[in-house]
Amino acid sequence: MILHFRPRTVAERTLRFTLTWGLGGMAVVLILLLFGTGILMKFTYQPFPDKAYASILHLQRDVLFGQFVRNIHHWSGNILLIVVFLHFLRVFFTGAFHPPRQFNWVIGLFLFLAVLMSSFTGYLLPWDQLSFWAVTICTGMLEYIPGVGLWLQRLIRGGSEVGASTLSNFYAIHTAVLPAALILLMPFHFWRVRKAGGLVVPRAPQEDPGTTGDRVPGIPNLLLREVVTALVLIALVLMMSVYFNAPLEGKANPGLSPNPTKAPWYFMGFQEILLHLHPFITLCVIPALIALVLLSTPYVRYPSRTAGVWFASATGRRSARDAAAFALVATPLGILLDEYIVEFAAWMPGLAPAIRNGLFPLIGVLSVCFGAYVVLKRKHGTDKMESIQMIFVFCLTAFIILTMTGIWLRGPGMRLSLPWM
Amino acid sequence: MSRKQKKHEIKERSAKKPARRSFLKKLWLGLGIVAVLEFAGVVVAYLLPHRRSSEKRELGALVEAGLVERFPLNSVTAFVRGKFYLCRLEDGGFLAVSRKCTHLGCTVPWLDKAQKFACPCHGSAFDIRGEVASAPAPRALDIFPLIIENRMVKVDTSKPIKRSGFRPEQVVYPKKA
Repeated sequence: MILHFRPRTVAERTLRFTLTWGLGGMAVVLILLLFGTGILMKFTYQPFPDKAYASILHLQRDVLFGQFVRNIHHWSGNILLIVVFLHFLRVFFTGAFHPPRQFNWVIGLFLFLAVLMSSFTGYLLPWDQLSFWAVTICTGMLEYIPGVGLWLQRLIRGGSEVGASTLSNFYAIHTAVLPAALILLMPFHFWRVRKAGGLVVPRAPQEDPGTTGDRVPGIPNLLLREVVTALVLIALVLMMSVYFNAPLEGKANPGLSPNPTKAPWYFMGFQEILLHLHPFITLCVIPALIALVLLSTPYVRYPSRTAGVWFASATGRRSARDAAAFALVATPLGILLDEYIVEFAAWMPGLAPAIRNGLFPLIGVLSVCFGAYVVLKRKHGTDKMESIQMIFVFCLTAFIILTMTGIWLRGPGMRLSLPWM
Repeated sequence: MSRKQKKHEIKERSAKKPARRSFLKKLWLGLGIVAVLEFAGVVVAYLLPHRRSSEKRELGALVEAGLVERFPLNSVTAFVRGKFYLCRLEDGGFLAVSRKCTHLGCTVPWLDKAQKFACPCHGSAFDIRGEVASAPAPRALDIFPLIIENRMVKVDTSKPIKRSGFRPEQVVYPKKA
């Protein structure tokens, strides 16, 4: 039965490790590990503010292999986020979202959202200082959505502040709603892959788009590769879980915010933007734009078929490299500029904060980016696909730099500081 | 009636039939959507925070902070259970300031040396009146209604008041004894 789940024959070229990097299969393995260890922890965990922390301590101290199981859950969850993100990048850069795969791209985005939400809801459950305050500030962000924001925040927190209702909400979402969503969406995702005739066939830029190459039986060719990837990954997760314990700080204290208080690492990019721009822009305008662009990308008409070619074409490779280089220079400069030189609040004290700290910096950043975009577009003569790719690469590089800055370079009071000082 | 007319009538009738059918189809679809919306409404109503428990909390929400004399001029006293700071300004007026940062809801500690509330999360700062001293906080700290009866300061912690900035009429002064 399980063997029927996989295709009978596969295109030989798609077996190359450098097409998929085994990322989709890794995600499945990690999700299975998470389900397994999650179910085990459900036997000891108690979702009440006065008991949650103690039940985690009990799990770690008294339960045989308790700490080990929690470590596996922790590391699998964190690696999963990286793996699904890399999988998303792989699919984008090999053009595997073009028709007939456009709807599977959308399903993939929702799966990504489910994984992100799983990780975030799981973050609160230990009820230590780290989780309590990270969730407080992340749900605090909802307040800036106009109209429904406050209502939504009350709904998710189950009250006006993070408390017992929040914990039981997050517990239900983490252990029932999201696993159910994953169990429904994942087979749908795999079925669409097979419906499209398997994976996108990789090819060199000058090759004909119709090239498919030979087909070989799935067993043993595909199966063997999947099993090897899974075993190596499991070994890695187990090793990490033996040597590194999942973090657990003191019990949550609503009266004392630790300094600095940080969001979970995968939201640090947003938290970093928050330091520079008005919350309305960061938490409403930017996510809406990202969602719109990602959802519509596969439905745009492109001048040529580029599916299967890494970075679309030779021009695409050159322009993407330049966009990344520009972001690599511009983002740190922007951060330093805002930290030490620009003081909109002091220059324009009369203006509303939303315009002063939101609109003006945004216009500044956008105009610089647009200038660079026009210059690069002229230089390389990019077509529509390559231009979109340039914007994507720029945003991606900038976001990674912002995330790294947030994780490692923000010290007490969220001022810039070096981690070893 | 000529043949042509008859033909025309038959055509019309046959055209009407699918119209009725499609109307019924639309009706079913509409009813289906209404049913789904009703279920969604029930789910949301079920999940919304219960009103009763919040009413209960409001009954015991009036905190007696202490006698006026207990608080020196230009001082800030923390009330952990009430989740507020009682600030006495230099001119003797009182202000009950929320400890919740208006940026993302962290708890702001009072720094006596620097004479400001400094948020550890994103570096916002507020002065003793709760006014924003440095961004990213978009507005001043919330305040709670405060009354002084028989020289006893009482704070109603159930209803935080949002404000964009500090105004002199927010300060409550004790009657001159």
